[in-house]
Amino acid sequence: MKLHTIQLKINDEQQTVTVRSGDTLLYTIRKQLGLTGAKPGCLNGDCGACTIHVDGWPMKSCLMMAVEGEGKQITTIEGLKDTPIQQAFVQHFAFQCGYCTPGFIMNGHSLLQKKPDADDSTIKEWLESNICRCTSYSEIEKAIKFALEKNKSS
Amino acid sequence: MLPFSFEYERPKSFQEAVTRFQQADQSGKEPMYISGATEFLTLGRINQVYTEAAIDVKGIPEGKVIQFDQGYLVLGANLTLTELEEANVFPLLTSTSKQIADHTARGKITLGGNICGQIFYREAVLPLLLADSQMVMVGPEGVKVKPINEIFYERLLLQKGEFLIQVATDTRYLHAPFISIKRRQQWDTGYPLITIAALKIDRKVRVAISGLCPFPFRSNEMEDALNNLEGSPQEKIQNALASIPSPILDDVEGSSEYRLFVLQNLLLDVYEALKFGERE
Ligand SMILES: Cc1cc2nc3c(=O)[nH]c(=O)nc-3n(C[C@H](O)[C@H](O)[C@H](O)COP(=O)(O)OP(=O)(O)OC[C@H]3O[C@@H](n4cnc5c(N)ncnc54)[C@H](O)[C@@H]3O)c2cc1C
Ligand code: FES
Ligand code: FES
Repeated sequence: MKLHTIQLKINDEQQTVTVRSGDTLLYTIRKQLGLTGAKPGCLNGDCGACTIHVDGWPMKSCLMMAVEGEGKQITTIEGLKDTPIQQAFVQHFAFQCGYCTPGFIMNGHSLLQKKPDADDSTIKEWLESNICRCTSYSEIEKAIKFALEKNKSS
Repeated sequence: MLPFSFEYERPKSFQEAVTRFQQADQSGKEPMYISGATEFLTLGRINQVYTEAAIDVKGIPEGKVIQFDQGYLVLGANLTLTELEEANVFPLLTSTSKQIADHTARGKITLGGNICGQIFYREAVLPLLLADSQMVMVGPEGVKVKPINEIFYERLLLQKGEFLIQVATDTRYLHAPFISIKRRQQWDTGYPLITIAALKIDRKVRVAISGLCPFPFRSNEMEDALNNLEGSPQEKIQNALASIPSPILDDVEGSSEYRLFVLQNLLLDVYEALKFGERE
């Protein structure tokens, strides 16, 4: 068993964890650090339920090994506090069961930060990384557009 | 979670990476290089990849460059597809790689990983085949530079212990007229049914195709048929189809007949955009 003791900077806190080389970041943040906001879905990079931020960009945490996370700024849904995108999801009822919601919010939050002037095609391109089995997607799109607009006017 | 146990190393230089590979090889650890690690994780979890030593090359600085040098655009193989898109220095490459996977996954998939992956599609190879790019590889024998059309035959023909570090493209190809079209069975993300990329240079149209055969390819015979000055576009397309390499994929994504049908229509789209086989 190949073990590594590594430092991960998650939600602005330095964490020391001992991981197997083959542990995904998703596994480590959920099972070892108790951050269960990122959800396991397909575990294959297809659904986006496990999306977190790495250096501000969205990242599917099932596509990353914990050992790759050293030296990176990692943010999970637990690290976002009452952000415009979270408020917009509540206001626009952009979820039903909520399983996909942390992933969509992390993706949407990053979009707001990285592409504040995103046009419709950019919004679509980013949101296509996540799958929702309950909503019609239109509420999610509305919430993202609302947050983008609010961001521009503030 | 990968079901097997392996050593993970992240060398800082390509010399160190090669040495680590050789040492692990001598110890029988079946080493492999990884960069974005997405295929490593997704195929590894279903036991289609195995190693006891993964050598992660993404931290090697030469693999991260985007620079113009002596008439060439040099791109590091460890750049993620998102980094390539954001820089947008080679529009045909941007337009083709922007259709790979989905936006979030492209933030992890690397150019080198896509070119050297096991999956059939490897769509980022298409623009490089069209632009006669030079592949810069490092290995036990040092640095090697080879034109892609000499060293890519169904896959990049790397020697044991070698990996791709850079890709260099003559700048005259960067702004040549092009078209890149991806047809999927359904949805707007993920693997293609067929992807075609075409570029016009020196009054000739070049085409490269992914998803038709179990490997991406560019065929001189097909291009000769398309660029023939005689005959209608449809006749040229029929002649080009006669030169397709085999086998043609026939799976749940699409039968071989359907793939050929889609390809014919794609070639018509290429004709509309770039007008192959016409006197100017
Ligand atoms: C959700 C998802 C959707 C996808 N959709 C598409 C798609 O639409 N089209 C498409 O073409 N592909 C698609 N892929 C496949 C993806 O492009 C390949 O699996 C690619 O190999 C991943 O790149 P990576 O950098 O993560 O590779 P890694 O996992 O790091 O490596 C993959 C392979 O390449 C080798 N390798 C990596 N870097 C180098 C290098 N520099 N030199 C030599 N060998 C190297 C490794 O040894 C390994 O065998 C998709 C993948 C995912 C996860
Ligand atoms: S669990 Fe990571 S993308 Fe589905
Ligand atoms: S709200 Fe249930 S999966 Fe999206």
